[in-house]
This record gives sequence, C-alpha cells and structure tokens, in this order.
Amino acid sequence: MSRQARREAVEGYICISPWLVGFVMFVAGPILASLLLSLTYWDIGSAPRWVGLQNYAEIFTNDGDFLQALKVTLTYAVVTLPLHLVLGLALSLLLNLRLRGMNFYRTLFYIPAVLPIVAVTMLWIWIFNPEFGVINHLLSLVGIEGPSWFHSPRWALPGLMLLGLWGVGGGAVIYLAGLQNIPPHLYEAAEIDGANIWRRFWRITLPLLTPTLFFQLVLNLIATFQVFTQSYIATQGGPLQATFFYMLYIYNKAFGTLRMGYGSALAWILTLIILAVTLLVFRSSPHWVYYEAERRKEDA
Amino acid sequence: MNVDSPVTQGGGWLSQLRWNRRVRGRVVSFSAHFSMILLSLIFLIPMFWMLSTSLKSRAQTWLFPPEWIPNPVVWEHFPRIFEVAPVLLFFQNTMIIVFWNVLGQVFSTSLVAFGFARLRFPGRDVLFIMLIATLMIPYQVTLIPTFILFKLFGWINTFLPLTVPAFTGSAFFIFLMRQYLMSLPFDLDDAARMDGCNTFQVLFFILLPLCIPPLVIVVVFTFIGVWNDFLGPLIYLNENTKYTIALGLNLLRGRNRTDYNVLMAASLLAVLPTLIVYFLAQNKLIGGIASVGLKG
Repeated sequence: MSRQARREAVEGYICISPWLVGFVMFVAGPILASLLLSLTYWDIGSAPRWVGLQNYAEIFTNDGDFLQALKVTLTYAVVTLPLHLVLGLALSLLLNLRLRGMNFYRTLFYIPAVLPIVAVTMLWIWIFNPEFGVINHLLSLVGIEGPSWFHSPRWALPGLMLLGLWGVGGGAVIYLAGLQNIPPHLYEAAEIDGANIWRRFWRITLPLLTPTLFFQLVLNLIATFQVFTQSYIATQGGPLQATFFYMLYIYNKAFGTLRMGYGSALAWILTLIILAVTLLVFRSSPHWVYYEAERRKEDA
Repeated sequence: MNVDSPVTQGGGWLSQLRWNRRVRGRVVSFSAHFSMILLSLIFLIPMFWMLSTSLKSRAQTWLFPPEWIPNPVVWEHFPRIFEVAPVLLFFQNTMIIVFWNVLGQVFSTSLVAFGFARLRFPGRDVLFIMLIATLMIPYQVTLIPTFILFKLFGWINTFLPLTVPAFTGSAFFIFLMRQYLMSLPFDLDDAARMDGCNTFQVLFFILLPLCIPPLVIVVVFTFIGVWNDFLGPLIYLNENTKYTIALGLNLLRGRNRTDYNVLMAASLLAVLPTLIVYFLAQNKLIGGIASVGLKG
C-alpha cells in the first residue's frame, strides 16, 4: 500500500468512526447482550441469574399474555398491511393525475405522517368518544348507532386500525415517486395499440411499481409489529386486552415489572418472527417483483 | 383541418383520437377534482375538529349532535394549559433535545457519508452493507440492553440517552447522504486537492455547501422525529421537570381525563412546530422521501 493510499484509508476510518462506535455500542453490542440477557433472570436490583432457556420455555408453554399479544399484533398486521398497500396505491394514482392544485393535495395528505403520534392519538380519542364524538355523530346521520370504540373490547382494535389508516398518505407519497419513474412512452405505445386504462394499469403500472410496493411492504411490516404509542395512550392494551400489542407487553415486562431477562426473550421472539416474515416476503419476491434490469438480461 | 370538431370533418383516426382524449380528459379531471376534495375532507375534518374543540366553550363541547363552529370563540383554554402543567418547560426541554440531535446528526452524517462515498479504505463495502442491514433491525431487540447501558452510565433521567446516540449518525441519513455525494463529480475533489485542500477541507468547504438538499432532509426529519418521539422519553425521563412535549401531553390527559378543550388546545400547540417545519421544507422533503423510497 502506498503512503498516500494508507493515508486515505486512515482518513476513511476517521470519517466513519462515529458510525462504527454507534454500531458497536447501540446495535451489535446490544443485540448480543439481549441474547445473553434473555437467558437470565434479572430484575436490575440483584445480580443476573443464569436460567438457560427457562424464559423461552415459560413463554411458549405457560404465558397467556404472550399468546394474546401475538394474536392482537398479527390481527392488526393481517388487516392493516393490505389496506395500507391498496389504499396508498389508489391514493397515489389519484395524486399522479395532472391536475391543478395537485401540489396542495400532496402536501395535505402527507401531513398526518409528520404529526406527533401522541397528539394524533389524543385527537382520535376525542373523535371516537362514544357519546360526543364526531364519528358516532356521522354514523348516526346514516342511521347507524356507533359502538363505544376504545371502550369496547370488540371495537377498540378496529378503532386503532382506522387511526393508523389516517396516515396512509405517507406511503402514497412513496408510491407516487415510483409512478413518476415509469417512462411515459410505454403508456403512449399501449394507448395507440388500443389498451384501455384498466389494461394499462394491470400491464404497465402495476408490474413496474412492484419494486416500490415490495420495499414499502417490508418497511410497513417491520413498523406494524412495533405498534406501541397509540395503544399505550388510547387503551393501555385494554379493554380486556383487546389492544394488547406485543410491544406493550415487552414494555410492561421490562420497564413495568423490571423483568429484563424475560423482556429480552420476548423481544428476541418478536425479532425472529419479523425476520421470518421478512425473509418469506423476500423469497416470494422473484414471483411478483419485476425488475427492469433483470428482464433485459434475460432478453439478451 | 379542424381537429376540434371531428363530427363535421368526418375526421381521420388521429383527430378522432384527439377529440376522445379531450372529452375523456374533462370527465377524468372533473371526477378527480371531486374525489380529491372528498378525500381532503377526511384529512382535514379531524384537524378542524381539534382546532374547533380548542376554541369552544365547555358547554358547547358537550353537545350531541356536535356543533362544528365554536360560538362564542373562547380563548381561555390556551392560557389554562400553562396553569395545568409546566408546558413552557416541556417545550424548552424538547427544543434542547432537538437541538443536540440536529447538530449531532448533521455532523456525523456528513462525516460518515463522506467517508463511504469519497474515500477508499479496506473493508469499506462490507461495512456499508452492514450499515444498510441495520436499517432492518427492529428497535425493540436493542431497547433493553441500551437502557441498561445508559443506566450503568448513570444517565437515566438526563437528556443524554436521547441526544448522545445522534452523534453516531443514523443509518438512514448516512445512506441518503452517501447516495447524494456519489452523484457529485470527483473533479471537484481533485481540483480542490490540487489547490492544497486536505481531505477535511474538501468535505467542509467544497462538498458540504453542495449538499444542502439532503442536509435539509436530515435536519427536518430529525426535528420531526425527535419532537414526536414518545417511547424514548417515556423510558429515560421520569421526572416532570425533564418531560418533553409528547410526555407532557400524556401527563395532561392523565390529570384531566375529560377536559378535551385543554387537551385539544395543548395538542394543537404540540402539532404546530412540526407543521411549520413541514410546510417550510415540504418541497424538498417529499422529493427526498421519494428518492430514498425508490433506492431501497
């Protein structure tokens, strides 16, 4: 290595050193530590006690809260992920039309994504108020007697789902960028060939958008498994554990009852679940995600 | 040939197509405007409801069916916020944390991204892949050990756990910044070095002034993210006097479970700074989110 190259290498490491320190201290180190912690009993007060796989055994065989938390979180994911995808996509198609005032709409629809989730949750608690809330008023206008939302074991979770859907504009903006990257000549050619708007959507828009959809799906997936603040503030997991999200359970165990080892085991299980589902999505991607570059390679 | 009236012309296929397009264009644009306005209402009504409740009298608040327009307009809920809880202190705390985060992120993101984008060193590409991989790590798996680490440092109930990590950069911003730096011509570096700049002068005097667009995104996202964060302050701050605005809002609700006027007025105050920052930067912001969204 020449003197100059060595000098550049040293400077390179100096430049990335903040991230390297952060990686060791706040990512790699804690991941390893939480794996070890999950094999101990530790309430912070006394020294950690090695218990092997006991935490995991207890979680899997004798923990109703774990099953409930898993059920709530999975239900939320299964219902909201497709909804976010479809509605976000529909919204982005609208936002992609060449229309006067479109910049205004784009700005507007993204707003919920930048607002503090605490304030947004407060607002929706009030909107969902069973007796004086706006939603039940609007429902009464069409002759439906609204449920008691966050006070009802049956409707609390759907209420939180609706709250989440209010932020659908965040995803739409990302789809929009994908839409705008589709070369216009494809549409022109299809139109001359007589393809109607429906066919153009299925044959051009959707295939060329699949990389963006894929990326959003992975991000949403990870985020969905981590829902915390809304349920912590609006329902505290209730009523009757109807909104007992997995993150809430981790929080309660680790920071409520100070069972750090058990909390770490719960966190690891959730992480493995997320990892497994993400891998599944990745493995499925060759069947539905379209990459222009790969296609060209095949054609050549 | 008059392309606007194919009927009188008996029209060629081309004029027919253009005419069809024009009519269809009007129908599409009308229905699009209509659905846009309808959708806007879904986004606007809740916001309006917040504003309206914060300005209503108590008597008017508890009416069913609800009334949309405050009558009379009542301002007293806003001063009330500051009597119920030390909200000014919450604002100040949040601003301090935001300030250090913005500073830390801008500094470390620039430095690290520059290293990855412009300098050659062994292991660079592997390290960069690791950096991208950290984007996928769910935060809860590092949450508990990080808490314990900060507890060992004696940093619980200080702002340090909420500010110091910003100085190690965030993978998302570093990635964004690196992509941007890669798009700048290397001739800039070479010319500057020829004129006697050292590596860090190249970064700070030549490249960074050209990096305003991604830096705006770093600043704005950091501001909004830190301002809105709830879990971090919830775990690390346990004294009222240290609370951030997000925690303070929750405190306010705990004390006045049914006082929605004050609660909505306070929510409005909490929302306002992010809204202002968002509107100031929205053009660059939406473009930035989009570009990152695509590259992943």
